Amino acid sequence: MTLTSFVTKSAFRNKRRTLLTMVGIALPLVILTVMMTVWRAFYLDNGSEQSTQRLITRHRVSLTFSLPIYYAQKIKTVPGVVEVVPTQWFGGKYIDDKPEHFFAQFATDPQEFFKVYTDFKIPPDQLDAWQRDRAGAVVDSELAKKFNWKIGDRVVLQGTIWDANLELTVRGIYTAPQPTQSLYFDRKYLEEAVPVMKDQSGTFGILADSPSDVPKIAAAVDDMFHNSPQQTKTESEKAFGLDFVAMLGNVKAFILGICGAVVFASLLVSANTMAMTIRERTREVAVLKTLGFTRKTVLAIFVGEAVVVAAIAGAIGILLATGLMFWVGHNPNLGFFQGFGVNTATMILSLLLAGLVGFVAALFPSYHASQVDIVEGLRYIG
Amino acid sequence: MAIPISYNIRNLKLRKGLTIMTALGIALTVTTVVFLMALLAGLRKAFVSSGDPLNVLVLRKGSTAELSGGFDANLFPTLKNLPGIAKDGKGDPMASGEWVVVIVLPRKDGTGEVNVTVRGMMEDGLEMRQLPKDHPKVKLVDGRWFVPGQREVVVSKSIQQRFANCNVGDTIQFGKGSWKVVGIFDAGGSAYESEVWGDVNQMASDFDRQGAFASAYLRATDASAATALKNAVSDDQRLKLDGMLETDYYAKQTSSGGPIKVVGYMVGFIMGIGSIFAAMNTMYAAVAYRSREIATLRVIGFSRPSILTSFVFESLVLSLLGAIVGIVLMLPFNGMTTGTSNSVTFSEVVFALRMTPTVVLYAVIFALVMGFFGGLAPAWHAARQNILTALRG
Repeated sequence: MTLTSFVTKSAFRNKRRTLLTMVGIALPLVILTVMMTVWRAFYLDNGSEQSTQRLITRHRVSLTFSLPIYYAQKIKTVPGVVEVVPTQWFGGKYIDDKPEHFFAQFATDPQEFFKVYTDFKIPPDQLDAWQRDRAGAVVDSELAKKFNWKIGDRVVLQGTIWDANLELTVRGIYTAPQPTQSLYFDRKYLEEAVPVMKDQSGTFGILADSPSDVPKIAAAVDDMFHNSPQQTKTESEKAFGLDFVAMLGNVKAFILGICGAVVFASLLVSANTMAMTIRERTREVAVLKTLGFTRKTVLAIFVGEAVVVAAIAGAIGILLATGLMFWVGHNPNLGFFQGFGVNTATMILSLLLAGLVGFVAALFPSYHASQVDIVEGLRYIG
Repeated sequence: MAIPISYNIRNLKLRKGLTIMTALGIALTVTTVVFLMALLAGLRKAFVSSGDPLNVLVLRKGSTAELSGGFDANLFPTLKNLPGIAKDGKGDPMASGEWVVVIVLPRKDGTGEVNVTVRGMMEDGLEMRQLPKDHPKVKLVDGRWFVPGQREVVVSKSIQQRFANCNVGDTIQFGKGSWKVVGIFDAGGSAYESEVWGDVNQMASDFDRQGAFASAYLRATDASAATALKNAVSDDQRLKLDGMLETDYYAKQTSSGGPIKVVGYMVGFIMGIGSIFAAMNTMYAAVAYRSREIATLRVIGFSRPSILTSFVFESLVLSLLGAIVGIVLMLPFNGMTTGTSNSVTFSEVVFALRMTPTVVLYAVIFALVMGFFGGLAPAWHAARQNILTALRG
């Protein structure tokens, strides 16, 4: 019998305890993995390759103010800018104001839109149909699935910002690398329905030559309008999205707090089990020593046992988390978490953390065991 | 006959290390859950305590928030002359036409910029928010109120604490220039706690919104007048406006806590189950150590049900200990203020963590449920074991 198989065998000696411990460690690890995934989606992911090439310009004071439409032409003159498209939030009610019926709606320029959002894919005939119909709309494929919309369906939006109701027809369904849950329609239709929005747009989407030009363009655009009555704030698409995350509150501290509690909880479960196991096996340790195993080996056996249990539990936890995130990320009713998924790096990190939890949890009780006096140990009756 | 409680307590004391670690594990779960519940309680408080049932809020028909919409200022005199409106200090009907805009302010701790609600109001607006006289909704704590016609603002206490340059005497930049902060008000944890107030006319001209109001507030003489007033506004076909009680308006906005709620339930549920298994583990070990002892108890004459009860009880004591530690761990955070975004107005809602008695009660129940389920199976095992084998083992 090798040392490894000895460790594995003793780890599963008390099957019920090992199972309970594993669940006790696996469940906190589910949360840890989910939290790390959310963190990555918020702060580390840069989105698709094309999205790193995009910027958003808005009114400096806040999103509730709009910019004159001619800004688009001026922005286009900035070196490095390939295309510019106006986008205006509509914020209409679909069916009623229940949260599950909420989705984003934007007025935009159908001629330019897909030239800026190059990673959104739409069949050419559908794009053509949209460009021809002033009251037409294109919708995200996930959104279409959620509301069971097909080409030609009517979508009525009741305005909340303005006193205007839009009757749109779905002309196209596009797929985006990350689900956007959005509907886009022709801004000419909005201008007709809401005269105050004539030649006004809340935001502009900008496509840059390359990701490296993005910071330069942001500064150049804001400089250009620095002395205008409407100053702008331009930032990368990612930074723009993060502003919304920041609005949720101190998300970083929130996630870190939960992760800390969770790791510590699994540490306690693991340490508890090891303490119980080692206490029960005091006599066994003495026997091992009598047979000639050194203190170091005894220490290694127990620590190894804890690491094996924690790592297996970690793997189960990661599997559960991946399943959970898959379900959450593809559930159209939880729009906020759309497209979130556990990636390999997160899995490896979780597994390492699980192993570390086992290691740290076993250190103290195992050290204690390795120091047991042989005679005392043999006498121990539990 | 029941086994004395002191037997369980002594047993918990005997294995101090195990008891402490298990209880601490439960405590951590309880802490996390209490934290999330306190966040939600604070958020609910911010909305529910907001508004006054005697204030009727008027919005354009179809508009769901003060931020969206706007109606012709010419309608305001009509509103003001509706029956059932209380009189202000000058003897006129107490009504205020208002503008709400969202501006960006930098956080004091440098973690970025946040949307903050700026409200432009008339003098009556200030007056009606300081009612009722015995316990006003809003109190001035420093400086003075803004003077109409001046570029002056008053900010809430929590805005002053959380954002840079918001002390009395400072100036903040928004709209077409700078505004002087002349006073700090305390809104007692309501949604006003997240606002900056100034003169409506000054604001409208700064944001190019003259000739219209986003909303109007009417102060009713009593509760029945408020309902009548609300209906009078909504039913008037010429006005095309909607009237609602200010309290109802805010009650609808509690949905802003949605994401916290989702995370809270998920974390609470998963960690709760994890803790049940941890408690089960400890209790199984406790039963295993004491199998001979249990058998002896049986021989003496204690029945199976009393042994079952005894071990479940021990587990409950363990989880209760965890609950107490968990709640104590959370105490320093009670009252800590934080902010989230209002999903209706996109602006910051400042609220405090509130460990209300309900939160504490739920936490204790949650821990006891964990202890109960964690203790049940081991206790069952203890009660069912064979006396002879146990005595021999």
